[in-house]
Amino acid sequence: MSNALDEIVTLIAPHNRKGVAVTASSTFATDLEWDSLTVMDFVAEMEDHFDIIIPLNLLPDLETVGQVADAVNQLIEKKNG
Amino acid sequence: MADLFDKFDPMIRAREALGFVDSSPIDVVMEQIISPTEAVIKGKRTILAGTNNYLGLTFDPRCIKAAHEALDAAGTGTTGSRVLNGTYTGHKALEAAIARLYGAEHCMVFSTGFLANIASIGTIAGKDDVIVIDADSHASIYDACKMSDATIVRFKHNDPDDLDKRLRRLGTDANVLIVIEGLYSMLGDKAPMKELVEVKNRHGAALMVDEAHSLGVFGETGCGVVQEAGVMHDVEFVVGTFSKSVGTIGGYCVSNHPKFEILRLAARPYMFTASLPPSVVASALKAVEILGSEPQHREKLWRNARQLHEGLTSAGFNLGAAPSPVVAVKIDDRDMAVRLWEQLLNNGVYVNLAMPPATPQGLNLLRCSLSAAHTEEQVRTIVDTFERLARSNSVLSQPAA
Ligand SMILES: Cc1ncc(COP(=O)(O)O)c(C=O)c1O
Repeated sequence: MSNALDEIVTLIAPHNRKGVAVTASSTFATDLEWDSLTVMDFVAEMEDHFDIIIPLNLLPDLETVGQVADAVNQLIEKKNG
Repeated sequence: MADLFDKFDPMIRAREALGFVDSSPIDVVMEQIISPTEAVIKGKRTILAGTNNYLGLTFDPRCIKAAHEALDAAGTGTTGSRVLNGTYTGHKALEAAIARLYGAEHCMVFSTGFLANIASIGTIAGKDDVIVIDADSHASIYDACKMSDATIVRFKHNDPDDLDKRLRRLGTDANVLIVIEGLYSMLGDKAPMKELVEVKNRHGAALMVDEAHSLGVFGETGCGVVQEAGVMHDVEFVVGTFSKSVGTIGGYCVSNHPKFEILRLAARPYMFTASLPPSVVASALKAVEILGSEPQHREKLWRNARQLHEGLTSAGFNLGAAPSPVVAVKIDDRDMAVRLWEQLLNNGVYVNLAMPPATPQGLNLLRCSLSAAHTEEQVRTIVDTFERLARSNSVLSQPAA
């Protein structure tokens, strides 16, 4: 089982304008105050970092950092077959 | 129970914070239309520099005459869908004319460009397919994706290498539809068409180009950026709108795909909405003929575009892209963008105020679009008004004495 959470938290840091403490339960919209464009640009960054495709279809269900980490873990496992 | 509208509170607060004094963009009323480039707004004669009326055909006597004749002959509306009673001879003639313009086998006409995107993207790409869109795509392309059952992937704006990387990650199993625009409407930047087509071909994907802002503007016969780049026959689908250079309303999709016509039975936004009224169809047909056969309007449009771009550049403004009929002035401070927009209007120049999330990169834009119908004098007035107001607001420094 891969664990992307720590890496995602590191990737969030440069975009964490409000300097909130980021945990698995932090939300993008409310805690980080990211708009939809910022979220989509961050998706692209994660795609490049993990060398995966994260379809935009998943976004409505990904509200917290932990949910994103779970989705990324699954996509990495799928890629590695 | 809470109020259904509570979810809009952040939007209401954000709007109030913008601090419009006399008018805001959604309150602008065109009280009288004088010409394609002038209207009366708040009782004041105003130059229109943000209407996407690229060829100025809204008052072309030939288009008006054709619309009048169709109105008299066929009535005010079709009261029906294209697949029921809403297909008239005019609709077929318009589809044939657009197909001829593109040298394509098939053309379908829709009731708006928005619907053309929803219908074609959303229907062509299904559950097991992938749609790959440019990050700066128009709302109608994003909404088409939302309504489609396909997997949605986004690539970095105008970046063929990024598209290549994402197509490589997707592998070869799924059918892929790539969607891009010819000219992007906010900044006025053009797609690197040849390079994107090359990547598309290498991966065996299909490409759809939305030429909403480029029909009539680029290419020898006005087909758009695909024609200018010489790749028209390497592009699987072109969509566009009649609401800009064609000067009326409606949308279209052209293709050479042998099974294309089945969309008339599969695309719900084609089947379950009323067709365009005969007068609209007739003026669109005339305008399509004009834009294909009279390059002088295009040439005038580009002269105006270059004049505005040069004028604003030498005044010291920071513009969105290389010269094109969309000239976007970047204003760093949001409150200043609002104030300048309002002062421009009060001084007789109407432009579009564009802000995030409708703009890329969080930009605040005073977006101008030009028309072939603008005179040199009008373009000079637009530049002078921008310059004077920007200086009095210290957005530009005062000229050296
Ligand atoms: C890129 C793009 N596609 C589609 C549309 C929709 O066109 P219409 O006004 O015909 O609905 C627009 C216009 O706003 C556009 O800019």
